[in-house]
Order: sequence, then structure tokens, then C-alpha cells
Amino acid sequence: MADNPVGAAMDCKRAQLLINAYLDGELDLSGSLELEAHLAECPNCRAQQEELARLGRRLRGGLENHVAPEDLRTRLEQMTTQVRHLGPAQTTRARASAWPRRPLLALAASVLIAIFASGGTTYLLMQPASQDAVAAEVVASHIRSLMADHLVDVVSSDQHTVKPWFDGRLDLAPAVIDLKAEGFPLVGGRLDYIDGQPVAAIIYQRGKHLINVFAWPSTETKEGPVRALTVRGYNLLTWSSGDLTYWAVSDVNGKDLAALQHLIAQGAPPTPE
Amino acid sequence: VGAQADFTAVVMPHLDEAYNLARWLTGNAADAEDVVQESLMKAFKHFAGFRGPEARAWLLTIVRRAAFTWLSANRPRQLVLTDDEAGIEAQNRATIVTLHPKAAETPESLLAEKQDSAILNAAVEALPAPFREMVVLREIHGLSYKEIAAIAEIPIGTVMSRLARARALLLARLGASPFGRSGGLANGR
Repeated sequence: MADNPVGAAMDCKRAQLLINAYLDGELDLSGSLELEAHLAECPNCRAQQEELARLGRRLRGGLENHVAPEDLRTRLEQMTTQVRHLGPAQTTRARASAWPRRPLLALAASVLIAIFASGGTTYLLMQPASQDAVAAEVVASHIRSLMADHLVDVVSSDQHTVKPWFDGRLDLAPAVIDLKAEGFPLVGGRLDYIDGQPVAAIIYQRGKHLINVFAWPSTETKEGPVRALTVRGYNLLTWSSGDLTYWAVSDVNGKDLAALQHLIAQGAPPTPE
Repeated sequence: VGAQADFTAVVMPHLDEAYNLARWLTGNAADAEDVVQESLMKAFKHFAGFRGPEARAWLLTIVRRAAFTWLSANRPRQLVLTDDEAGIEAQNRATIVTLHPKAAETPESLLAEKQDSAILNAAVEALPAPFREMVVLREIHGLSYKEIAAIAEIPIGTVMSRLARARALLLARLGASPFGRSGGLANGR
């Protein structure tokens, strides 16, 4: 491969474009190296990078995230219910295209199976009510951790720092693995309280998204299958492994979350002690 | 167990995101509600044909299309992209002056922060729609270039260049950040 002389090839106009992708974490390795070489030599582009980074922080912190009005939500829920309860005569048009031949439950299943097939194991279970309550707590805790400026008690990307930190505070040793190479860098750990007990929260990052992985002693005796659900727009996965119940929650897409679950369930690679 | 129950479980969790996108693209609550309602009905109707694992992206694509249809009927000028950024810039500068919020009796730093947020939101609102949607999908919805490309139905390279241009416009409009440096608004000027 014929390398460009580092830093020589890029002009400022191209650098301006690439700085955006670079700050968004969308630039590939060779592009990043090329840009970094240019930035090292060009104070103007460096200043521009700082301005853009600052703008990014302002936008992410300051842009309004509009929430759907309650009456719109209610209206839509009613409409989708009504269509279902109308007789065939009134809904000929809707029925022709809206209703599947097979139950939609099977459709939903195919969606989940598609997610997990990539992880090597295929699972789908319906959730009992009690688990819904725990799921709601998990989601609430996730949201709280993002809002209250109390995401982590121990900030470290080093699994050998985070894991012993839990050992000293909880009577359990959750799986803590740095998955930076796989695209899920470890952010840190936190103590939390779910389902009436203190739990470990391990925080991973995926791009701009944060993922909370909660762990506490399992009430099930066997390794449990992976279960997926969605609560208030958040994706959740729960599974049991090594006497512990795990819950992963995030706004990342289901595929990424399943990938993280699979990596954690696979366990830590052998590490020198 | 039925279509409605599954639609509620698979699609409805993304209602807030659908509304946010529609709200930013239409620029007002009433039309955003119309766009979302129309989109959700369409989604409901075609739910049977939905196979993809990403209900979120699927719904946002429908909403985005509906919002752009609304824009072309009601705000066609917002869809126009000229190559003359200075022109867009000049046109926008005229409106931003009037967008500063009224001074209220708050501590100076709080006021400055509020103003910063109001100015920021107004600046994004004033972007032409094809730029605005990039900023919203990226900075509020946190989507990747690939996801944005799929939703906006444009190539990834176009996502990158539009985002870069949108941000350059915002920087030109907003000037230096009041909080990013020592000093700033709170210290007076």
C-alpha cells in the first residue's frame, strides 16, 4: 500500500468536512490518522475543531427534545384500538392491508429472533407481570442515572479497577469486561437499588449512547435464557448467568444491545493476573 | 393478543421520537400532531408488512416523509438549498435578532444560560429543512450517519456534507460559545 506522506495531502477544506465526521465518531482509522496529522500542523483547523466540539456539546445539551402530548398518545391508542373492534364491514379497506394472515405475535417473534440469531442463540419468552415491574424499575434507574449526574461512582475504563471496587461493596462479583475493542468501552461502575436490594450497575458506552448493565443475585437456579422487552422506548435484555441476574438497558438499537449481551455472556477473555 | 397489542408494543414506544422529529420539521405543535397522527395511521395500516428489526428507523422514515410532504405544501421555501451559504446566512440573520427572549428577573448566569438555549434552538429552527433534519437526527436522536442516511433516503456522504454545512452555518450565526471560554456573558461585556 502506497502511503501518503502523513499530513501533506490534506487541504483545509477537506479537513473541515472530516472534522465533523471525526467528532461524530464516524471517521475510519485511516481518515482519522490523516486528519490528526493535518490538525497537528494547522492551528486554524485545530481552532475550528474546538469550535465544532463546543457547538456539539451546546447542541446536545441545549436543543429541545419535544415529547408527544398526552392527548395525542391517547388519541392514537384509541384509534388503533377502534380499528380493531370495528366490524368487517366498516374496516374492509383497513383490513385488506392492515391485518396479517398470521398472528402478529409471530411477527414480533420473528423480529426478536432476527436479533438473537446473530448472537448465536435464539430465544423468545413472554414476560410475567412481576418482571414488568422490575423492568420498569430498571428503566427508571437508567433514566435517573443519566439525569441526576450520578452515572458512575467509580470512573474507569479498566475492568481490573471496576471489578474489585464492587467486590469490596457488594457480596457479588458481576462480569466486568472492557469491550472497547468491540465498540463498547467501559465507563465505570455504580451502586444502585432495584427490586428491594442493592445492585451493581456497570456502565458501557456505544457511540453517544450509554448502557447500564445491572446485576444482582439470581433467584433462578439455572442459567436463564435471554429475554428481550421494550419499555418506554428503551430496549432491555435480561438473562441469568453464574448465580446472577443481569439486566441491560439502553436507547441503543436492539442489535447493538444483543451484541453487548452476547459479549458479556461469553465472559471475560483470559487476562493476566 | 392482537395486532393492536403488538403495534402498541413495537411502534408506540417510539412515539416521542416521532413527535420530536415532526415538531422540529414543521416548526409548530399543531401541525406536528397532524403529521404524527397521519404517520402512525400509515404505520398501523402497513404494520403487517413490517419485517425489519428496527421499528424506530421505520417509523422515523414514515414521519420524515410525511413532514417533508407537509413542508412542500406549506413551507416550500424551507426546502430550497442554495449554494450560496452567505445568502442563507444573511436571510437568517435578519430573523435571529428578534428571537432573543425577554429579560426576566433571574440571576444573571441563569438568564444567560436560558438565553443561550433559546438562541441555540432558534438558530436550528432557522436552518433550511434539509440541514435542520440532519442536526435534529444527529444531536437529539443520536443516530449514526448510516441510520440518518436510511431515514432521510440520501447517501451517507450527503449526510456528512450536510451536517458539516449545517454546523458551519450555526457557528457563523451563533459566534463563539458564551460558556466555552473564560469570561462569557455572565461577566458582562
